[in-house]
Amino acid sequence: MRERTWEVVIGLETHAQLSTASKMFSGASTAFGAAPNTQASAVDLALPGVLPVANVGAVERAIRFGLAVGATINPTSIFARKNYFYPDLPKGYQISQFEVPVVQGGGLTITTSTGQKTVRLTRAHLEEDAGKSLHEDFHGMTGIDLNRAGTPLLEIVTEPDMASAEEAIVYAKALHALVCWIDICDGNMQEGSFRCDANVSVRRPGEPLGTRCEIKNLNSFRFMEKAIEFEVRRQIELIEDGGRVVQETRLFDPDTGETRAMRSKEDAHDYRYFPDPDLPPLMIGADWIARVARDMPELPTAMAARFIADYALPAYDAEQLTASLAFARYFETAANIVGKANAKTVANWMIGELSAALNRHEISVENAPISPEQLAALIARVQDGTVSNKGGKDVFEALWQSGARDDVSAIDRIIAERGLQQISDTGALEKMVDDVLAQNPAIVAEVRAGKEKAFNSLVGQIMKASRGKANPAQVNALLKKKLG
Amino acid sequence: MKDFAFATVAELSAALAARQCSALELTDAALAKIAAAQPTLNAFVSVDPDGARAAAKAADAARAKGEGGALTGIPIAQKDLFMTEGLRTTCSSKMLANFVAPYDAHIVTALKQAGTVLIGKTAMDEFAMGSSTETSFFGIVHNPWQPEAVPGGSSGGSAVAVAAGLVPAATGSDTGGSIRQPASFCGITGIKPTYGICSRYGMVAFASSLDQAGPMARSAEDCALLLTAMAGHDVRDATSLPHPKEDYSRELAQPAAAKPLEGVRIGLPDAFFGDGIDAPVLAAVEAALVELRALGAATVPVSLPNIDYSVPTYYVLAPAEASSNLSRFDGVRYGHRAAQYTDLFDMYQKTRAEGFGDEVKRRILVGTYVLSHGYYDAYYLKAQKVRRLIADDYQAAFAQCDVILGPTVPTTAPSLGAQMQDPIQMYLNDIFTIGANLAGLPAMSVPCGFTPNGLPIGMQLQGPYFSEARLLNIAHRFQQATDWHRRTPKETRHA
Repeated sequence: MRERTWEVVIGLETHAQLSTASKMFSGASTAFGAAPNTQASAVDLALPGVLPVANVGAVERAIRFGLAVGATINPTSIFARKNYFYPDLPKGYQISQFEVPVVQGGGLTITTSTGQKTVRLTRAHLEEDAGKSLHEDFHGMTGIDLNRAGTPLLEIVTEPDMASAEEAIVYAKALHALVCWIDICDGNMQEGSFRCDANVSVRRPGEPLGTRCEIKNLNSFRFMEKAIEFEVRRQIELIEDGGRVVQETRLFDPDTGETRAMRSKEDAHDYRYFPDPDLPPLMIGADWIARVARDMPELPTAMAARFIADYALPAYDAEQLTASLAFARYFETAANIVGKANAKTVANWMIGELSAALNRHEISVENAPISPEQLAALIARVQDGTVSNKGGKDVFEALWQSGARDDVSAIDRIIAERGLQQISDTGALEKMVDDVLAQNPAIVAEVRAGKEKAFNSLVGQIMKASRGKANPAQVNALLKKKLG
Repeated sequence: MKDFAFATVAELSAALAARQCSALELTDAALAKIAAAQPTLNAFVSVDPDGARAAAKAADAARAKGEGGALTGIPIAQKDLFMTEGLRTTCSSKMLANFVAPYDAHIVTALKQAGTVLIGKTAMDEFAMGSSTETSFFGIVHNPWQPEAVPGGSSGGSAVAVAAGLVPAATGSDTGGSIRQPASFCGITGIKPTYGICSRYGMVAFASSLDQAGPMARSAEDCALLLTAMAGHDVRDATSLPHPKEDYSRELAQPAAAKPLEGVRIGLPDAFFGDGIDAPVLAAVEAALVELRALGAATVPVSLPNIDYSVPTYYVLAPAEASSNLSRFDGVRYGHRAAQYTDLFDMYQKTRAEGFGDEVKRRILVGTYVLSHGYYDAYYLKAQKVRRLIADDYQAAFAQCDVILGPTVPTTAPSLGAQMQDPIQMYLNDIFTIGANLAGLPAMSVPCGFTPNGLPIGMQLQGPYFSEARLLNIAHRFQQATDWHRRTPKETRHA
């Protein structure tokens, strides 16, 4: 473990595509997947004479983010031009924010295997995306698709506060969950709605920061982990072999699992940032911030704390249930039906059965075929002894298949159709117990001799005789009475 | 039809209302005059006979039904940096020599909706960079008063079109004096309104924080009519002001009193009357002051202590913005593209080397330099601070006066070619006009005399924000008492 003698320093820059219907500075649609250049207006094409107008919805989402991470919302921020030539950058400059971003400071608390830690945020600023250059389909030429040009982005920049790939991934996942939670980004990483650049450097403990490399455009958590781990190893090996890390931009190749140099600092552009004279300073008054704050959903950490207090849940459960706003809302709906005393049972079902099924079918909780009302009804049937725990799982599976999401009566119907009711009739049960005892004198003798295993064997045989429908608690009680 | 050459918009409007002529007749007359004058003056880059006749017929039909307003049926020309749907917009540059916009600029739409008939597009300095219209890709434009003199610029084509009586009015754009200076050199009236009054949507940007559209016409009264149509809030331009619609003619309609300018305090900055002003120019402006006092105005000395820095400030800020604004002309999506190139950057370099003229390149170079890492604070940031000081100077001056007056330009129109060898001298001639752009103030040029050689002289009026109606009224009262604005170059040219 050569890494032990090295400290890793990571900072992340994340581009979250804001979930507005129209672009950052034009009225064109931001919907993904349209035919090339069908969602590029005169403004997006940078025709002569066109002008940008800032999208209020995008600004509002930036405010929401700032409030969610406890940052300062600057009352005045400035849109600036970042000048460089590239075919998919129609104006020859990107409108971004440079010296004065809309959101400054704040932080995000993460939980890793080594404990809790707060990653400090430097800033978050509004900017527009570029278009796409398509090199594959055109022999010796490049195609330009400007549908994405002008799409609103919030670039969220951290301090160099992460010390391992694990911390970086946990932070990125927490940030992803947060931007989805506050509904400013759809979080779709395949479509590029959430992508990260990682600044990675290494140093020996006590030394000043090492030279960093920036790995661009990491659009999956797995790639991010691999890329950072590779880059850390590469830098350490380079230094230990007597080399020097050169500040550069690198790209991760998922096929080889390696990063490779894209451009060095020497090739870096002089972007000639200056305030965009087409856009007045972005003014955000206290009343606007107050309005956004009023409409903010309860944040995951606050909600988890409330779950612990109100529903007497363990911290782990509360954290799992607040993985997404939809999951948390699902919990509260079901828990409020079954009652606070039974909330832990709801949590168990959701963290166990429901999560497993969602993962298996690769769908989100919003699309689960079982509604929280149905889950609550199912839990009620387990609680009142109509079905066993095992029977309840069968009902869950049948309900999942039926897809009758709004039909709460489906639970009783499934129980009846499939004969999943527990046998709680004392007379019928007693007969089964008596039969099993009569057929197994040897085991009965062992139980009387104090063998715990033999008792369980008898329970098993009775359950088997009832084809799983006997109420195990009743069977236990009966057996104890008869053998006692 | 009676000969309406050199008639004002107001006169043509009355004639149209009285059925003394039709919009189609005025349009055909304008088209004929343009065709005749084009070989000698070269004021137009494009003419649109079919579109103009169709618009004229529509205007006549509207008037026949009793619809339309004062401008319905009035032929006008647009400076060739305003986007016109279906009619090419070149900015007098090779870069856009064949560019046809798919949309109308805001002010083009506004003037069409007001019923004007768009005759064609006028020549200008390339991308509005220049003071003589000599940087146009489409050849030199001649001053109708003296063909060997420049018409001024950058709105030189519009100034010539009005001065030569080809159209009664035209639009211009003014970044550092580009409406007022050619108006002065060609003996017409032009106003640059308060920054943000006319939407910049569809006007090709030279220096976004300084550019303003405005009318150029034969009288202040005509400018008021056009500005009323052009001005107004536009949500597509974030710098367009949410200022309520105004009737800029409202003060003009009031009956003329014996002393119509009673109570008006005219501020005279010492900087506008110092060294370096041609004697005939100074004499004409001083004579105008005598006239204005006779009309009731009082004059007071005021001071603009930082105005001397306006030229260097402007020539940092305007090129900085231009260097970025002109980046979109890269040969990728529209406009000129080099025929032969080896790779992407070769394509960029050849396209822009071929597509832009020398003055445009010079300003892109200067602008790129002042925004570069390590120079930004020393040039761009410092210039922004000086800009603020100049704006503050004006605010202080307007505490003591209602308007500021001086010559529009220290000289009259120079000879063709005289300034092309010495850009610094050309820049210095913008000394009196640039301040209003830096401060965002309304300013206008009004004819006030001629040199012994017969070249027009203009005086400039500058006012506080939103004082257009007052500036236009002062100019109008002056024009009611004088006839400088009614002189025509016809006699001169045929003499």
